[in-house]
Amino acid sequence: MGTESLPTIESAIPSALLQFHQLDQLRMLARANSLWPLTFGLACCAIEMLSSGCARFDLSRFGAEVFRPSPRQSDVMIVAGTINKKMLPAVKILYDQMPEPKWVIAMGNCAISGGPFAYPGQYNVVEGADTFLPVDVYIPGCPPRPEALIEGLLELEEKITGNRRWPRVKPETMVKG
Amino acid sequence: MSSLAQSQLRETFELNIGPQHPATHGVLRIKVVMDGEYIDRAEPILGYIHRMHEKMGENRTWNQFWPNMGRLDYLSAMAYNHCYAGLMERAAGIEVPERAEYIRVITAELNRIQSHLLGFGAYIMDLGGFTPLMYAMDEREQILDLLESVTGSRLTYCYFRFGGVYNDIDDDFITGTRAFLKRFRPQIPMYHKLVTGNAILMDRLIGVGPISADMCRKYGATGPVLRGSGVNYDIRRNEPYSVYPELDFDIPVYKECDSMARYMVRMDEMVQSCRIIENALNKLPEGPVMAEKVPKALKPPKGDYHYAVEAARGTFSMRTVSDGTNTSYRMRLRSPTYSNVSLFEEASRGMLLSDALAFLGSLDPVIPEMDR
Repeated sequence: MGTESLPTIESAIPSALLQFHQLDQLRMLARANSLWPLTFGLACCAIEMLSSGCARFDLSRFGAEVFRPSPRQSDVMIVAGTINKKMLPAVKILYDQMPEPKWVIAMGNCAISGGPFAYPGQYNVVEGADTFLPVDVYIPGCPPRPEALIEGLLELEEKITGNRRWPRVKPETMVKG
Repeated sequence: MSSLAQSQLRETFELNIGPQHPATHGVLRIKVVMDGEYIDRAEPILGYIHRMHEKMGENRTWNQFWPNMGRLDYLSAMAYNHCYAGLMERAAGIEVPERAEYIRVITAELNRIQSHLLGFGAYIMDLGGFTPLMYAMDEREQILDLLESVTGSRLTYCYFRFGGVYNDIDDDFITGTRAFLKRFRPQIPMYHKLVTGNAILMDRLIGVGPISADMCRKYGATGPVLRGSGVNYDIRRNEPYSVYPELDFDIPVYKECDSMARYMVRMDEMVQSCRIIENALNKLPEGPVMAEKVPKALKPPKGDYHYAVEAARGTFSMRTVSDGTNTSYRMRLRSPTYSNVSLFEEASRGMLLSDALAFLGSLDPVIPEMDR
């Protein structure tokens, strides 16, 4: 057999030959149920991120409590706070250091649009994490409550697997406290 | 190279801590020149979360600057609210009803306990103990519930107004606060049993990071850092504001000058804050919570005004220059952590790297307030 007949890396493999769809779904399910966020607090939202991981809100019920200090071990970046022009390269580097597959959550108004610090003529704040990162889920609030962060993580799980594991509560059916 | 020069040559290397590092409480970056395991020189580099607060004070009306006060030091936002309210009331000559002042003190002290609880939990977590954080956060959530019921937010309060407070407190808040004090008081001796007496913690804190009173004066350090160096200085006593002179409390001072002293000052301040709250609740007068006839578009007369309060991390003061219009000509914010972290460079010389991080935690920095 000549070397010419062997498929090279560049040549396309016929899709009928390799079907990993079921396996991929299983892998995505596993990933969605154990998201590892990066310990990366920028400002006020970081305290709510800490609260959601601690007593009462207990993020570990949803499998996302393993906050990793190193980007190389984490797969979700929660941008919790204001990004300014000095911090922007560092955030970029952190995102690039994370291994694929990776997702980004923009937590709080600052990470969505610059929040209260965006006004005409401002000189330092980056107006939104989506100006340089592919953001998957936006969580509004200044800062968002821990429940909102948990809901954001559930939304991200839905995006990864296509299914929502927790029933969605309609606002009109909620008990008024 | 001569042999003499060679013998004087030390091998040093540079190390970057941060801006993303779990031990720096945010985005502080420290550039360290290391000589083996020992620090030769450490230089804190700021500005990673500079959010233009002073500039924003100058390009919006006095009322529009309120939300910024909750976002400077998000852990003791009430004290910052208090400072801005006091500053503008001094500038515009507004009389505040007594009930409003008592409510301000009660909420500010609850906020201080909350801040010290988180500081305690996060500090022990830096040193490797995870469980105390859970205990501290459990208590902290109780305070946040109380404050949320009157202010409407969990963290970034914008509760005070020029001439009073936004909302009156109700009976639920008062009974809830009393119940919290009853629940919280026995917790502090438990924390001491659980954490303070621990041999590992004592080894890591006692004698680590000595700061003399002179060094504190040189850099302008205030708050628990100064009081942990044996200087009895607290704005609530030395330059009294609000109704603090009528309340009964002590200023905890420790003479040891080390990380343990600063830790103990914070723990004792929580006890004193409980005393202040109970005292203020007992003395709470009836009456309105807003002064009458406060103009919506405030225009303080021309002049230079200054006001200082004791926030959880030290003296926070604001100075503003008014040119008689509805915006500020110059807004200056003096934040306590900026001065407290300034002494890190001098104090950390020759320290072990692991000790330096324990020392940095004892300064309890909040970075957005430092960069402003």
